[in-house]
Amino acid sequence: MKRILMLGTAIGMTAAPAMAEVNLLSWGGAYGNSHLEAYAKPFMAETGTEVVMSDADNPATPIKAQVEAGNVSIDVASVEYADAVRLCDEGLVEPIDPAILKAAEDGTAAMDDFIDGAVTECFVGTDVYSMVLAFNDEAFADAKPATPADFFDTEGFPGKRTMRKGAKFNLELALMADGVPADEVYDTLATDEGVARAFAKLDTIKDDVIWWEAGAQPPQLLADGEVSMAYAFNGRIFNAAQADGQPFEIIWDGQIFEMEGWVIPAGAPNLEDALEFVAWTTAPAPQARAAEFISYGPPRRSAAAMVGNIEGTDQPMGPHLPTTDANMTNALGSDLEFWVDHDAELNERFNAWLAG
Amino acid sequence: MANAALDPHAAIATTASGAPARLTTADGKPLARALARSQSKARRRAFLLVAPLLAFILITFVVPIGQMLQRSFHNDGFSANMPQVSAWFAETPAGTVPDDAAWAALAADLTASAEARSIGVVGTRINYDMAGTRSLFTSTGRKVRRGIEPPYREALLEIDEEWGDPQLWSVMRSASTAVTSNFYLASVDRTRNEMGEIVQVPENRRIYLTLFWRTFWLSGLITALTFVLGFPIAHLLATLPMRKSNLLMILVLLPFWTSLLVRTTSWMVLLQQQGVINDILVWLGIIGDGQRLQMIYNQTGTIIAMTHILLPFMILPLYSVMRTINPSYVRAARSLGATSWTAFRRVYFPQTLPGLGAGAMLVFILAVGYYITPALVGGSSGQLISNMIAMHMTDTLNWSMAAALAALLLGAVLVLYWLYDRLVGVDNLKLG
Repeated sequence: MKRILMLGTAIGMTAAPAMAEVNLLSWGGAYGNSHLEAYAKPFMAETGTEVVMSDADNPATPIKAQVEAGNVSIDVASVEYADAVRLCDEGLVEPIDPAILKAAEDGTAAMDDFIDGAVTECFVGTDVYSMVLAFNDEAFADAKPATPADFFDTEGFPGKRTMRKGAKFNLELALMADGVPADEVYDTLATDEGVARAFAKLDTIKDDVIWWEAGAQPPQLLADGEVSMAYAFNGRIFNAAQADGQPFEIIWDGQIFEMEGWVIPAGAPNLEDALEFVAWTTAPAPQARAAEFISYGPPRRSAAAMVGNIEGTDQPMGPHLPTTDANMTNALGSDLEFWVDHDAELNERFNAWLAG
Repeated sequence: MANAALDPHAAIATTASGAPARLTTADGKPLARALARSQSKARRRAFLLVAPLLAFILITFVVPIGQMLQRSFHNDGFSANMPQVSAWFAETPAGTVPDDAAWAALAADLTASAEARSIGVVGTRINYDMAGTRSLFTSTGRKVRRGIEPPYREALLEIDEEWGDPQLWSVMRSASTAVTSNFYLASVDRTRNEMGEIVQVPENRRIYLTLFWRTFWLSGLITALTFVLGFPIAHLLATLPMRKSNLLMILVLLPFWTSLLVRTTSWMVLLQQQGVINDILVWLGIIGDGQRLQMIYNQTGTIIAMTHILLPFMILPLYSVMRTINPSYVRAARSLGATSWTAFRRVYFPQTLPGLGAGAMLVFILAVGYYITPALVGGSSGQLISNMIAMHMTDTLNWSMAAALAALLLGAVLVLYWLYDRLVGVDNLKLG
C-alpha cells in the first residue's frame, strides 16, 4: 500500500511538478563547473527552483534535434554566439525580452551595461572567451615570441605549432600575421585575394603544424614538448598553467574573442522559470563570480571590476581575462555574420588545402 | 467417423473413380490447406518470438536512419517557407528572367518568412548552394519586416544589389522543389552553374572524392595489414595447447576490451616526436635528436593505430575457424609428399577462408566508418570521409549534406558487399 502511495506521488509530481525546475544544458568540464558553482547552486539556494544540469559536446546540436523532433526537454542551454544567431534565425529558440535583464548595481540600464552585441533577440551573453597564441616558456631560452607574426616565424622561434583543424580563427590569424590590422581582417577575408593571401600565409608553416580537434589537445601537446607554440582557447591554457603548474605563457596580441551565452529552445517545458534563470544569472554579481572559476570574461562592464581572486587562490583573476583592457590592445572580435555565410565554403576549401 | 479420425491412414483417401484425387484429412479438408494452416500457426508463433527484436530494430535503427537519409534528397527549407515564389518557379521554364510577378512574390514571401522567423532556414538552404547568401536573406528579412513598397524589384535591389544576380535566381529555382539532387552533387564535388548544368566545383574546394578514395584505399590497406599480422597469431593460438593458448588469448582480448580512446591516446604517447619510441631511438643513437621521426598526426599514425585497434576483429574469426581444422589433413598431405608450403597453400589455407572472409569483412566495414581515431591521430593527411560527415553534423549543422555523404558511403559498402557475395559467397562467412 505504501509503495502504491509513493508511486502515486511520483506520478502526481511528473504530471504537475510541485517544485519549479529548470533543465540546464551545458558543456561539462571546467566551464560546466563554473555554471554549476556560480549560477545553478546560488540560483537554487535563492529561488528554490531546482536546476537539473546535463552536458553535451555542443548543446546547439541537441537543440536542433529536439526542436525539430518536437520533443524538447531543455529549458536553458549554453551555446556559442554563432550557433545562437543561426538557431534564432531558424526559429529554433525563443525570443528573450531584454526588459527582464537586471540593471547594474549603480542603476545603469542592462542594455547599456552589456558590451555591444552581447544581447540579441534570442541570446544573452554569459562570458567572453578567446583564441590566443600560447607558448611553452621552456622552449625559448632567449627571445620570447610576442606577436602573430612570430607564430609563423619557425626560424626565429623553432618548434612545431598546433592549430585548430578548421578554417575559422586560422584565416584571421594568418592575415594578422601577414600585417593586416585587426579592423580590416574581415573586409580582406571577404575578397578572393584575401582568402588566397591567408592560405598562402598558412602554407608557410603547413608542414610544421599539428592540427588539434579537441580543446584538451593543445595544452597536452605543449606539455609534452611536441609543439613549442599553440593557438588555442585561453581557458584551456590558463587551466593548465594554473592548476597543473605548466610553464605556459599567453600572447594576448592578436587574440580573437567570441561570446557564449544562454538560449531557450523553442517550446521549452518550463519557459517562465527559464526566463527567471536567464535574468538572475546574467546580473553582474553572478557573472563576476563565474569568471573566478574559469578565465572567461564577463560581458557586462560593471561586472569586470567585481571579479575577485582565482577560486582557491589569493591571486587576482583580472589579468587572465580576455576582456581586461591591457589584453584588448590588438584584439579582434569574431565576425558572426561572416562565418555564418562562409562557414561551409571556407571549411571545404580549408579541408581541400589540408588534404592537398 | 470417430474411428476413422484415429486411423492414421484415413487421411489418405481416394475416390471410387480411381482418378488421382486431392488428398484430404480425416474430416474431409484438403491436406495441403490443413498443412498450411498448421505451418502458418508455427510461423506466427516464431514471428511473435522475434517480433520484439524486429520492432526494436525498426524503431531504433531502420526508421531513424531512413529519416536521416531522407534529408539527403529532401530539404524543404526554401520551398515550404517561400510558397509564392516557388509557385512562380514552377510555372516558368528554367532561365526565365524574373518579371514583376516574380519580384512581388519574392517580396511577399520574404516578409512572411521574416515575420514567422523562418528566414534563417531559407537563407541557410540557399547558402548551401551559394556561399555568402545567408546574411542576404536575414538582413533583407529584417528590413522588409518594417514594410516594403512596390515597385518590388527596385526596392529589393535598393536593399541589396545581389538580388539581381542570375546565379542567385538559378539557385533559388533549384531549391524551389523540396526534392533535390544538389547534396549528392556536392558530395561528389559537383555543382550547378547558372544554366543549371552540372559542373565540377573550383579546384580549391574539391575534397570529397579525394576523401572517399582515401577512405576505401586506407581501409583496404588496414584490412590487408590485419590479415598479415593476425594470421600467424590466430594460427599460433589455434595450435598451442589449451593452457598456453588461453593465456595468449588474454593478450588479444585485453586490448579488445580496452576503451578505444585509451588505446588511441596510448599510441600518441608512444609515437609522437617527443614520445617513447623516438626517445629510445635517440637514446640508442640510431637517430640524432634533430631527426626524430614523424610517425603520428599523419597517414602513418592513422594506419598504425587503426590496424592495432581492428586486429582482434581479424584474429577472433580466424582463430575460431582454425580450431576446427583437423590437423590430420595437413599430416596426410605431408605424408603424400607435399612440401610444407604446398600443404599449407593447398590444404590448410583454403580451410581458413571462411574465417578470413568474415574477419576481412568486419575489419573493412568498421574501418570505412572510423571516425575518432583518424580525428585524433590523422593530422592533415590521415582524415577519412567520416570526419567530414561529423563536421557537417556538429559544426556546420548541414545535416542534408551529412546524410548525402553517409548515403554514398553506405551505398559503396553495399556494392562491395554484393561484389564480395558474387566473388566469395556470403554463405562462406564463418564467425565462429
